[in-house]
Amino acid sequence: MFDNFPLWPVRASSGAGNVDALYIFLVILSAFMSVAIFTMILVFALRYRRRAGINAEQIEGSTPLELTWSIIPLGIFIVIFIWGAVIYFMERTPPRGATEVYVVAKQWMWKLQHEEGQREINELHVPVGRDVKLIMTSQDVIHSFYVPAFRIKQDVLPGRYTTAWFHATKSGTYHLFCAEYCGTMHSGMIGQVVVMEPADYQAWLAGGGASGSLAASGSSIFQQLGCPTCHRFDTQGRGPNLVGIFGKPVQLEDGRTVVADENYIRESILSPSAKVVSGFKPIMPVFQGLVTEEQLTALVAYIKSLGPPPAGAATAPSLAPKPQYPKE
Amino acid sequence: MATAAITAEREHYLNKEYGIRSWLLTTDHKRIALLYLASITFFFFIGGFFALLIRLELLTPAGDLVQADTYNKLFTMHGQIMVFFFLIPSIPAVLGNFLVPLMIGAKDLAFPRINLLSWYLYIIAGVLMFHCIVTGGVDTGWTFYTPFSTAFSNTHVIEAGLSIFVAGFSSILTGLNFVVTIHRMRAPGMTWSRLPLFLWAMYATSIIQLLGTPVLAVTLVLVVCERAFHLGIFDPTRGGDPLLFQHLFWFYSHPAVYIMILPSMGVVAEIVPCFSRKRIFGYKFVAMSSIAIAVFGFLVWAHHMFVAGISLYSAMIFSALSYLVAVPSAVKVFNWTATMYKGSISFTTPMLYAFGFVGLFTMGGLTGLFLAALGINVHVTDTYFVIAHFHYIMVGGAVMGYMAGIHFWWPKISGRMYPEAWGRLAALIVFLGFNLTFFPQFILGYLGMPRRYWQYPPEFQVLNVLSTAGSTILAVGYVLPMVYFLWSMRYGKIADDNPWGAAGLEWKTASPPPTFNFDETPEVTWEAYNYEEIPAPAEVALER
Amino acid sequence: MSDSPIAVGQHGPELRHHFASVEQQRDAASLGMWLFLATEIMFFGGMFCAYLIYRMNYFNEFAAGSRSLDLKWGTINTMVLICSSLTVALGVRAAQMGKRKLLVVLLLLTLVFGLAFLGIKGIEWYDKYKEHHIPGQSFNADDLVRDYPQIHIDQQHEQIYFSLYFAMTGLHALHMIIGIGIFAFLTFYAWKGRYTPEYNTPIEIGGLYWHFVDIVWIYLFPLLYLIDRRPLR
Repeated sequence: MFDNFPLWPVRASSGAGNVDALYIFLVILSAFMSVAIFTMILVFALRYRRRAGINAEQIEGSTPLELTWSIIPLGIFIVIFIWGAVIYFMERTPPRGATEVYVVAKQWMWKLQHEEGQREINELHVPVGRDVKLIMTSQDVIHSFYVPAFRIKQDVLPGRYTTAWFHATKSGTYHLFCAEYCGTMHSGMIGQVVVMEPADYQAWLAGGGASGSLAASGSSIFQQLGCPTCHRFDTQGRGPNLVGIFGKPVQLEDGRTVVADENYIRESILSPSAKVVSGFKPIMPVFQGLVTEEQLTALVAYIKSLGPPPAGAATAPSLAPKPQYPKE
Repeated sequence: MATAAITAEREHYLNKEYGIRSWLLTTDHKRIALLYLASITFFFFIGGFFALLIRLELLTPAGDLVQADTYNKLFTMHGQIMVFFFLIPSIPAVLGNFLVPLMIGAKDLAFPRINLLSWYLYIIAGVLMFHCIVTGGVDTGWTFYTPFSTAFSNTHVIEAGLSIFVAGFSSILTGLNFVVTIHRMRAPGMTWSRLPLFLWAMYATSIIQLLGTPVLAVTLVLVVCERAFHLGIFDPTRGGDPLLFQHLFWFYSHPAVYIMILPSMGVVAEIVPCFSRKRIFGYKFVAMSSIAIAVFGFLVWAHHMFVAGISLYSAMIFSALSYLVAVPSAVKVFNWTATMYKGSISFTTPMLYAFGFVGLFTMGGLTGLFLAALGINVHVTDTYFVIAHFHYIMVGGAVMGYMAGIHFWWPKISGRMYPEAWGRLAALIVFLGFNLTFFPQFILGYLGMPRRYWQYPPEFQVLNVLSTAGSTILAVGYVLPMVYFLWSMRYGKIADDNPWGAAGLEWKTASPPPTFNFDETPEVTWEAYNYEEIPAPAEVALER
Repeated sequence: MSDSPIAVGQHGPELRHHFASVEQQRDAASLGMWLFLATEIMFFGGMFCAYLIYRMNYFNEFAAGSRSLDLKWGTINTMVLICSSLTVALGVRAAQMGKRKLLVVLLLLTLVFGLAFLGIKGIEWYDKYKEHHIPGQSFNADDLVRDYPQIHIDQQHEQIYFSLYFAMTGLHALHMIIGIGIFAFLTFYAWKGRYTPEYNTPIEIGGLYWHFVDIVWIYLFPLLYLIDRRPLR
């Protein structure tokens, strides 16, 4: 029991230090305040204990004191708020160009898909020093992807995508926990994040049984489901041309403009009438129940990979490298 | 001892009538308070028993005491019972019911029959919950998150939901009674600025009960309907939104935590002046801070949802508001401490519990600052850090305040003194056991141990063992008062009207009070906490 | 032991012993009822909140569902409730003026209106049953899909409209039933002559409750029935 007895979590990401810094500040502040209050109580209790012949002094109060000990704490709280908000803003804003990993959570396991095609269950291999963005959804109930060593956590919801990101700074193996109660084996829904030196990571990539990249499998699903019937790339079909749409604003029938992000693509496949593109009719069939979450993530990856068409000519869709336009 | 004979001569609320019917059909607020005392104590021990089982399971990393499903039911029902059947009613339904009319100089609450109805609703809810437990329990967590609770759990979610629905109405009616009573039934001369701070706290609590609980009620109705009829309001596979449930749930459940803590703060605000023999420091500020907490408490609910998938910007707004609500609590702590300055302090059991409250509530409240900080929250939410935080407030704070209050007003309630030495011993045991149980959990949380885990990685074991050790000590600390309070009802020293020399109208009538509280309607011509006029009784100090 | 110092004999039996005066008792009852109505606003409010969010997100389905409700019955029910509030208000006045027979008649009329409301609600729900619009296993909105070819109706979203429709009108109807129960008691005691110009608090606070239930309907009616009644293109 005593050979492995940590008191502080490992720091293995670029963001962990920031979180720890604020935490340590708060620990010191809290320790100071707690000791101060305990000490004052102790000192007053002893110094002013009941003694014969000595009466208490009736003190009504002191408005200046009240204001002081309202305003100073408020000031400190504002500082803490801003500090925490800045860290949170960075935590929730993945950098551009991050490698994407798709995560599908289900009772009671984590399924992960790399862009390059590797699939993992309950394990995530990543290289040191790379920004990794997780695009996550759940097949059933709410889960939560938690890696204490990276200080990241994000609830994983059924019906939509949520994202998290990290930049691993230290190779090693770290706990992955599910942090939102999800039923019987909630505490068994754990795994590990394996951070490898870049060379080792390349070796792992090459050795793994990857059957084509995620976008490639998305492409074959796209064909299988008959999508090109309407979503043509050569002429205007009955559905919008999907090349280059990812990350761009889309004008809808009802006048709204939305950005074509992962959630938009997913919703358009599962519930096409929710957001109909301006100029098109709501005739797209509903694929809810006909595609699995893994197929959806593959389709999303495929559509992301569709670069803008070369000027003029109609071409077949290609697996372009990461597009240049900003995401999120 | 001639004690028994003396009490038999004078008629009071306990001996006015005997028999089951006189208790079960009573409309006397004092008897109803005791009915509640018995019922919530019963549930406290059930909830506590579940806690012990949880801690025993967590002695080892493997799940080897109970099955995973059983464990999930244990923590769910521990939470539901402690929140809805112990903490929320505790001070309001026991001490509030007993004291509110006495403190304002009234003969009873505004609606005595509704008060009794409140208790019966609590009992009906309790029966439903008990039945739910013995027929298999519920395993959704006390938070009932959808879609797990509506579409995946195989346990008695509907029964548990209905039980809490009914308990909610008990709570609403209690709150309604208190607000009307405090507004309309104060004795002549009892102006708002002369109200004891306990009543300001009860008033603020009642406002929250009135306005918040109905939202939980309707949310539970929707969950029950969804589960029964397979609707889709919270289920994404049927067009619904699971986050809508969370918003509706936390809109009540955050103010609910203020329902649980404000009354304890009110108790402490009575005890510290009495055992310092001086007026509370900053009466107006303490009174207004209770109202401020009640109001701001309604504005911060989504700080339970920072990683749930809400937008970045709403998270920031809720974080900022959460810091705002911390200020009045801090003000209270400073005022209580300042009250002791230049006081004349004695170390009775209530005062010891009050010391414990101030210290532990401070620690719990400070850790709230950690949780409100967005960057930290991401790491520690849904971990043992949160568990430690709320147990510091609820057990180190609310329960200690409750124990302080029960001890302080025990002479008034029962006409007897509890044994002081045992009281102090139990307070010390509770304090030590509590800290040993919950302080390691802060460390566990930052290390990353998630909540609601039946099994855990081995490196967390040492801290878990410490925590379990603490919980057994804590349990002893709670059993002792059960024993000596019961003992005192027969063998305790007879109390006179005002054994503590305390200010407040309740101490101006006999212990125990007559059924209609006062022989004559009091007329108040003095300010609250007029300790300069009240002599300290010689025995109060009870010093060795 | 001595009882309250108030002259016990100088008031009717309706003054409860813990109150100092009839005025205090009436004020307390009135404040109590207003506070209770505030809790009811929060109670319905949770559902209204869910309704508003889904209406924003699923407007087409909500509009289609709304059109499938019978506007005739909805309007009649609205008039019925407004009339019942009138009879209640007149009843309070009759009680204050000591007109026992008039009071009984008005209370009976209120009961009739209330029962009429429930009866019409029953008819409406039965219609929904026949149209397979009751959420659950047999829910089917194919008829709406057919009726509105120009918009795409997602049946899941449609079911949410009807779930909220039944939840909200069901909760309202439950409050009506309770109100009718209360007024049945009030009518009985009014006939027995219990209510006088000095003591008519139960009529007053019962009236407050009834007006509240009426006002909830005044909100429900446009929200549920009148979402989009423009002529179809």
